[in-house]
Amino acid sequence: MYDTNDILRLLEKDGRLTPQQIAAMLAMEPEQVKAFIEKSEADGVILKYTTLIDWDKTTEESVKALIEVKIAPQRGEGFDRIAQRIYQYEEVDSVYLMSGNFDLAVYITAKTIKDVAEFVYARLAPLEGVTATATHFILKKYKEMGCAYVVPSEQEERINFA
Amino acid sequence: MMDYERLLSDNVKSLKPSGIRKFFDILEEMKSGEAISLGIGEPDFVTPWHIRDAGIYSLEKGYTKYTGNAGLMRLRQEIALYLKRRFGLEYHYKDQIIVTVGGSEAIDLAVRALVNPGDEVIIPVPSFVCYGPVTALACGKPVYVETKVENEFRLTAEELRAAITPRTKLLVLPYPNNPTGGIMERADLEALADVLRGTDIMVLSDEIYAELTYGQHHVSMANLPDMKERTIVVNGFSKSYAMTGWRMGYVCGPAPVISQMLKIHQYAIMSAPTTSQYAAIEAMREGDGDIESMRRDYDFRRRFMLDGLKALELDCFEPKGAFYMFPCIRKTGLSSEEFCERFLLEEKVAVIPGGAFGSGGEGFVRMCYASSIDNISEALNRLERFLKRL
Repeated sequence: MYDTNDILRLLEKDGRLTPQQIAAMLAMEPEQVKAFIEKSEADGVILKYTTLIDWDKTTEESVKALIEVKIAPQRGEGFDRIAQRIYQYEEVDSVYLMSGNFDLAVYITAKTIKDVAEFVYARLAPLEGVTATATHFILKKYKEMGCAYVVPSEQEERINFA
Repeated sequence: MMDYERLLSDNVKSLKPSGIRKFFDILEEMKSGEAISLGIGEPDFVTPWHIRDAGIYSLEKGYTKYTGNAGLMRLRQEIALYLKRRFGLEYHYKDQIIVTVGGSEAIDLAVRALVNPGDEVIIPVPSFVCYGPVTALACGKPVYVETKVENEFRLTAEELRAAITPRTKLLVLPYPNNPTGGIMERADLEALADVLRGTDIMVLSDEIYAELTYGQHHVSMANLPDMKERTIVVNGFSKSYAMTGWRMGYVCGPAPVISQMLKIHQYAIMSAPTTSQYAAIEAMREGDGDIESMRRDYDFRRRFMLDGLKALELDCFEPKGAFYMFPCIRKTGLSSEEFCERFLLEEKVAVIPGGAFGSGGEGFVRMCYASSIDNISEALNRLERFLKRL
C-alpha cells in the first residue's frame, strides 16, 4: 500500500525519524528502509539533512536577498556554466533558472546589507555573461519549506473529553 | 433559600457526570507543555485552509443569517453527492437529510424522535459516552451490551439477539468505534441484519469515523439489502476534515423519521451555524484529497503506536478504524483508572481509562494517536519507563 517514496516524504517532513520508526509507520522491515535510505543518499536522491531555524529569534543578525540576474547565454553551454559560477559562492543559498523577465533567481544570505551589495557589485555583476541584476531584500519570512514562521497561538479553552 | 435539589429535573439529576473529571483537573493543573495529552479524541490538524477560507469568505459577503431549518439546500445536495460518491449511499436532499450541530445533535434527535418512555435502546460498549445519557433524557432505557476484545470489539449476532426484548426500539451501532478502534465489516453487519430484518427495531448508525478506516472501506448498515429503511445514518465533518470546532454534522434516514427529527431541531436549534455550513460546502466539494492525506498520516501514526505498544509487550489488538489504540493493561495489576492517574502524575502523559466508555472497557486504556510522531514517541518512552517501575 505504501511505497518507497513514502519513506522520502516522511523524511522530508522530519529528518530525525529513524529507519525503525519509518518501518513501523509504513509496515516495512527496518533493514529494507535502512537500505533504501542508504541507496538514496548514494544516488543523490537524498542530498542532505538540515534544520529549519528562525534566526530572527536569536541574536544572530543576517540579511537575505533575492537577486534577479539577466544573462546572455553562452554558445553550447546555455545557462548552466554561469549558474555554476554563481552557485559556488558560499553565501548563495539557492539558484533557479526562471521563465519570464529574468533568467536566474539567486537567493543569498549575508551578514549585512553592505555584504549583499558587495556580493552583487564585486562578484555577480562583473561575471562574463551577466547583463543586469536587480536586488530585492527579504523583509520578512512567512513560510519556508512548508513551515510557517508564525505559529498560531494555542486556543485558550479546549474541551477535555470527546 | 431556593431548594434547587427539589426543583431540578430528576431525570437530569440522575445523569452521572463524566467519570474522568477529576483526572482532567490534574491535567489542567500541570504546566502547559509539561504533559503530553493522548486523551482528547480530536484531530491535531487545523482545518484545511481552503475550507477555513470559504467560511471567512461567507462572512465577508455578509451571510450571517439563519439558514433553512434543515440546512442550506446546496449543502444538503453536496452531502447527498458525497454519500453516493464515497459510500454508495443514496439519500434525497429534500426530505432525507438534516444538517445538525455536530454528530452529537444528530444522535440526540434520532433518539428523541424514536424513543417512547420505557423503550429500550441497545448500546454496545465500550463506546462514546453520549448514547446512554441521551436515551435516559428521552425516558428510554439503555441496554448495554459488552463487546469483547477477542471479537475485536465487534457486536456479534448472538450478543444482539440476547439483548433484544419486546421493548427494544433502537440499536446504536457506533462503528468505526471510539474508543476501541474496532470496525464492522460487511459480513459482520450482514449477521446483525439477519437478526434485525423482520423486526421493528431501528438502527442508529453513528458513522462519524467512516472516513478513517485503514486497509478497507467503511460499509454502512444502510448499504445492506432491506436495511436502509430501518437505519438512521449519523455523520459529520469533525473527524474527517478536522472540523471539530465548527460543529457540523448531519443525519440521513427515511423521510417519515427525518421529518419528526426536523421538528425537534427546529424548536431546539433553529439551524446549524451558517458560517460553518458554507465552509462545509467547500469541504464536500474540494475536500476528498484532504481526507486522504490526513488518513494517510493517521495510518502512519497508527502503525507507529501499535509497533511501540507491541514492543512494550502490552496486549493490543490492531484497531482498523478511528484514531485510537485500546491496549489492555490488566497485566500491570492496576485498574484502568489507577493506571491513568498514576501515568499522568508520574510521567505526565494523559490517556483515558477504558471504564469511562462503559462496562467492558475496564482493564483497557484509550490512547489517541491523532498526535504528532514526536508526542507519540515521547509518550511511548515514558510508558516504557512507567511499566518498568511498576
